[in-house]
Amino acid sequence: MSFKQRNQYSYFFLLPAGMIFFIFFLLPAISSFFFSLTRWNLTDWTFIGLENFKMFFAEDSLSIGFKNTFIYAFLTCGLKVVFGLGLAVYLCSAIRTRNFLRAVVFFPNLISTIAVGITFSSLMHPTRGVINTMLSTIGITGPDWLGNVKIALLSVIAVDLWKGVGVATVIFIAGIMSISTQYYEALEIDGGGSWAKFLHITLPLSRPAINSVIILALIGGLRTFDLIWSMTKGGPGFTTDLLSSIIYKQYSSGFFGLSTAGNVILFLMVSAIAFPIYKILNSREVDL
Amino acid sequence: MKRIILMVSMVLISSALLFAAGQQDGGGSSADEPVVLSFLIDKDTSVDGIKAVAEAYEAKTGVVTEFEVRPGSAEGENLLKTRLATGEMSDLIYFNSGSLLTALNPGRNFVDLTDKPYMDTISPAYKQTVTVDGRIYGIPASSSAAGGILYNKKVYKELGLEVPLTWDDFMKNCQVVKEAGLTAVIGSYKDDWTAQLFLLSDYYYVQQQSPDFAEKFTMNQAKYATDPAALQAFYKYQEVQEKGFMNKDYLATTYDEAQRMLVMGEGAHYPMLTFAFASMTQNYPELVDDVGFFAQPDNTPGLNGATVWLPNSIYLYKDGEQVDEALAWADFYVSPEGTSVYSKTNKADGPYVIKGVELPSDTPMGILDLMKYFDEDRTAPALEFITPVKAPNSPQICVEIGSGITEPLEAAQKYDRDTEKQAKQLNLPGW
Repeated sequence: MSFKQRNQYSYFFLLPAGMIFFIFFLLPAISSFFFSLTRWNLTDWTFIGLENFKMFFAEDSLSIGFKNTFIYAFLTCGLKVVFGLGLAVYLCSAIRTRNFLRAVVFFPNLISTIAVGITFSSLMHPTRGVINTMLSTIGITGPDWLGNVKIALLSVIAVDLWKGVGVATVIFIAGIMSISTQYYEALEIDGGGSWAKFLHITLPLSRPAINSVIILALIGGLRTFDLIWSMTKGGPGFTTDLLSSIIYKQYSSGFFGLSTAGNVILFLMVSAIAFPIYKILNSREVDL
Repeated sequence: MKRIILMVSMVLISSALLFAAGQQDGGGSSADEPVVLSFLIDKDTSVDGIKAVAEAYEAKTGVVTEFEVRPGSAEGENLLKTRLATGEMSDLIYFNSGSLLTALNPGRNFVDLTDKPYMDTISPAYKQTVTVDGRIYGIPASSSAAGGILYNKKVYKELGLEVPLTWDDFMKNCQVVKEAGLTAVIGSYKDDWTAQLFLLSDYYYVQQQSPDFAEKFTMNQAKYATDPAALQAFYKYQEVQEKGFMNKDYLATTYDEAQRMLVMGEGAHYPMLTFAFASMTQNYPELVDDVGFFAQPDNTPGLNGATVWLPNSIYLYKDGEQVDEALAWADFYVSPEGTSVYSKTNKADGPYVIKGVELPSDTPMGILDLMKYFDEDRTAPALEFITPVKAPNSPQICVEIGSGITEPLEAAQKYDRDTEKQAKQLNLPGW
C-alpha cells in the first residue's frame, strides 16, 4: 500500500449513511419527479405529462394557499427573530434566575406539535375556552380565535411563535455568548450605554446567528403542516389552507399523482426562496 | 480485500437477523392459539352491534375478532389507502359504500362476493352500491339510514310547533325557537363532514325534479350550478346562516357535543343522519325518545321526502392470510343468527337491507318517524350511492357556504370544479 492511501479512511465508511440517504431520501425524491407526471393509484400508473401540474395550478384554494404560506412563513420568521433576539439579550444579562428562565423559554419546544395544536385549539374555544373565559371575567368578549376568518391564521401563527421562539432564543444566546467581552469593554471606555452596546456590538456580531434563525424559520414556515392541521385543518372552509395542507388533502382523496406534483412545486418554491436568501445573508456576514 | 469480505458478511448477517426477528413477529401461530381476525373501523361509527356479532361468533367458533380503530374523514381514508398500498391491511375492513369505494380499487384489494348464496337475500338497492365493474365486494354492516332534520319533540311541544312540510314553514319554526332563546339549528362544523347534511339530504328533491341528474352528473353533463333543483341546497345554507339560526360556536362544536345539545333540548333542530340515534341511545338512553325525525323540507309544491343512506359495508381483504376465516365470518354476519344478534344490540337507524330482518320492538321513536317515509315511498338514495363522482373537498365547501364565506352560486361552481379531479382520477368517460 502506498503512503497516500494509508492516510485516508476507506470509502466503506460512507456506506451505511450513504445507503440510508439513498434509500430513504434520494430514491423517493427522484421517483416523485417521475410520479408527478402520472395518474397514479399507488399500484398502477398512466403517464399524463404535465396534466397534474395544470390541475394543481387550477385548484380553487391554491391562491389562498400561496398567500397563507407566505404570510405564515415571513411573519413567523420575522417575529421569531425579533422576540428571540430580545429574549436572548435579556437572558444573557446578569439576572438571578437566568438558567431557570432559559429552560422555561425552551420548554414549549419539548412538546409534540400535535399536542400543542390540540391543547391550544381547546384553549381557544370561543365559548368554553380558557382564553375567552378569562377575557370575559374582565368584561371583554373574546373573538372566535380559530373560527373567525380574519384572525384564524394569526392565531395559529401566535401559537407557532410560542412554540418556536425557544429555538431561536437558544441560537441567539449561543451567538451572543461567543462575542468577545473586549468589544464591550472598549465601548464602555468610550462611554457607550447599553443601547449602544446592543446596536453597535451585539446586533452586528450576532449576524451569523440571525442568519441561521432566518433560514431555519423561513424554511420551517414554508413547509409547515402539523400545527395548522391539528388546529384548523385548513378551515373554516379553506381560509387557513397552506400549500402543505392542500397537498395533504389531495393525497388523502387518493390523487397521488396530483399531490406528488404539488410536492414537487413546493420543493421548487422552497428552494427558489431559501437559496437566494441564504446567499444574500451569507455575503453580508462580518468576519470576527 | 479481507476487510471487504468482513464488511459484506457483517451486513448480511445483521440483515438476516433483522429478517428473522420480523418473521417471528408475523408468523408463529401455534396449534392452541385461537384464530384472530383483525377488523379496521373508524372512530365515529357506533361499533356495539358489530362487536356483539363478533362476540357471538367467538362463542360459537372460537375465532377472535380484534378491532383496530382509525380516524374518520380524510385522515382515515388516507390511512386506509396507505395500508392497502403497502399490503398491511386488516382481514376485515369497514368502509363507505357508494362513491368512495371505487377509489379503493376493490377489484385488486377486496374479495369478490358476487357468487355467495346470501347475496340473494340482500336488497338490490344496496348491492348496487358495492358493485364495481359488475362484481359485488361488500356485505351490509348495519341497517340503512336517512338524512334529514333530527328535532327535539319536547321543545316542539313547549313552543306549540308542528313538523314543517315546506322550507318556509321550517324557517318560521326556527324563528320561533330562536325567539325562545334556544339554538334553532345546531351546527357542528368542527367535524366538517357534518356540514354536508343540508346539501346531501336535499337530493330527494333533485331526483324528483331532474330524474336523470345522477347519470348526467357522472358523464359531465349536469352540474350543481346549472341545475336549479340541485342549486337549491346551497341557498338553504345561506338562509340559515343569514338569519343567525345556528349556535354561536358552530365552528368549534363537534358531532358529539351537537348530539348532547339536541337531546338536552338546548337546540331544536340538527341536520343529521339517523345513524346518530345509535350513539344517542347509547349515551342518553332516557332522553333519546324526545328526539324525532323529519325529512328536510323544500318549497317545491307537493314534494316532501327523505334521502336515504344505504348501509356502510364490510369488505374482505384479498391478500390477507386468513381469507377463508374472513369469508366464514362474513357468512355468519349476514346469517339470520348474526343479524338477530346485531339488531338486538345496535338499534336500527332505518330499515334493514337483508330480507326477513324486522325492526326490533325497542327501535327509537325517531326511526319510527322515518319508517313513515319508507312506507309511503317518499325516499330517494343519496347521490353518493348512485354516482362515483363526489367532490373531495365537499366538507370544506359546505363549511364555507354554511358560515357565510361564499355565495350560493359561487359555492356550487366550486363544488362542480372540485368533482373534476375525482372524475379524472377515476378515468371516467366525458371528462
